Amino acid sequence: MKPTRVTNSIRALRFAAAMTQAELADRIGVTRQTVLAIEQGKYSPSLEMAFQIARVFGVPLDDVFQYPEGESQ
Amino acid sequence: MAYEEKRAWIMLVVSVVVYAVYAASLLAAAAARPLDAVPYVGSLLVAIGVSIVATIVLNIAVSVASPKGSRTDQRDREIARFGDRIGQSFVVVGGVLAMLMAMFQLGYFWVANVIYLAFTLSAVLGSAARIIGYRKGYHA
Repeated sequence: MKPTRVTNSIRALRFAAAMTQAELADRIGVTRQTVLAIEQGKYSPSLEMAFQIARVFGVPLDDVFQYPEGESQ
Repeated sequence: MAYEEKRAWIMLVVSVVVYAVYAASLLAAAAARPLDAVPYVGSLLVAIGVSIVATIVLNIAVSVASPKGSRTDQRDREIARFGDRIGQSFVVVGGVLAMLMAMFQLGYFWVANVIYLAFTLSAVLGSAARIIGYRKGYHA
């Protein structure tokens, strides 16, 4: 399985908001294991789920997910 | 562990164990006669029945043990599709092999056992792919 180059700041945003993985999971309608997998970079959420996560924290998408500059491969 | 990952483990373990017991029983019976002369129909039906019942019972047990965790989401569905795609390729291979064996008039013993082996490989590799998707990560 090809690893993703997308990284995210969900863990930091969650800590800042004093929110547990289970709470975030409930807010976006997924299991806690899926939130854990996204935080660890083991699962790339759909664009819709990505927007839902950003909305929960009240920040733009770029503050939640990052993609490295430069090479496109 | 995700509920669907537990289900994948159940399918993997049940498929491997039941097939191993079935194959061992055939080989033991083949000590006294040629392999394709061993009466296999009863054992094969029992093996399929035990697989189905054991999978259902274990899935119910896991579901009862973790009622809150029995929700599935988008990631579970994507990983399940990935596993199904890999598993189904072996059903196709088994079907083609069985067709060729029938065309060349090989014994029913071989046709039935190739199909059962293909089903088992499909279940094992499909489950293994799902488990890898959960463990190593899955990116659509």
